[in-house]
Amino acid sequence: MNLGPHAAFIVAAYAAAIVIVAGLIVWVVLDRRQLTRALDDLEARGVTRRSERAGEESP
Amino acid sequence: MTLVDLANPSRFLAFTDRVLTWLAAATLLAFALGLSQVVAAPDDYQQGATVKIMFIHVPAAWLGIFAWALMSIAALGTLVWRHPLADVAAKAAAPIGAAFTLMCLITGALWGRPMWGTYWVWDARLTSVLVLFLMYLGVIALWRTIDDPTRAARATAVLTLVGAINLPIIKFSVDWWNTLHQPASVLRLGGPTIHPTILAPLVTMAIAFTLLFLTLHLGAMRNEILRRRVRTMRMLQASAAAGH
Repeated sequence: MNLGPHAAFIVAAYAAAIVIVAGLIVWVVLDRRQLTRALDDLEARGVTRRSERAGEESP
Repeated sequence: MTLVDLANPSRFLAFTDRVLTWLAAATLLAFALGLSQVVAAPDDYQQGATVKIMFIHVPAAWLGIFAWALMSIAALGTLVWRHPLADVAAKAAAPIGAAFTLMCLITGALWGRPMWGTYWVWDARLTSVLVLFLMYLGVIALWRTIDDPTRAARATAVLTLVGAINLPIIKFSVDWWNTLHQPASVLRLGGPTIHPTILAPLVTMAIAFTLLFLTLHLGAMRNEILRRRVRTMRMLQASAAAGH
């Protein structure tokens, strides 16, 4: 594929797009991992939400 | 499962767990198809190969606007109907919309330099998109400033609805004012003015970017629900520790 005399601009544009998309994916994945860890930690300490306790108490 | 069922955060989490993998797979497939079409697309008779920048620039611009429109609908959901997921949707969309708007600005500048001879010009289209990006940063900052999610949701909903005035300005700026930016060539009365060999990859890339947006947005919404659960549980823990 010949990108012509302005190849550097085309490559830079696609590189910028890849960096931004990768940043968004990493943000969502790492955020999810951190939150899951925090939830697991709280549950391990016996902290439960009111709705969960109500669910456990109901027959 | 109906739409009403999805208003329940727990059911929404179960729904996202089921849907996200399929959505991510569809996104990957759409990008594979779109990028193969981009590689095969002919050069433009005036712009040469730089037209390939359009295949990422235009979808990024559409999604920057789409995300704010989605946030505006969610803002109505927060203020009028007090829908439990409306502010979750708005908060999750803001950073993604900001990222796509930034992508639009960067790729536009890199397209502008070889075609216009300049990276930036303070014309109506470019300036209104920059204003959109700054508004995104403002909304994100406001979310972070107010600790209580319910109060933060109302404040940002008002700001979002005020900011929605900018959307028609962006769209019609090229018609209302003299700008260096080209006029609408896809979404216009009378149909697209782009040749089908270039329009086809543009549409496929737009679909791929939209699927990517939906995947990221659902993932970010799921995270936001989990964040609120963590906050509630920490408050309960603190309350129990204080002996209440």
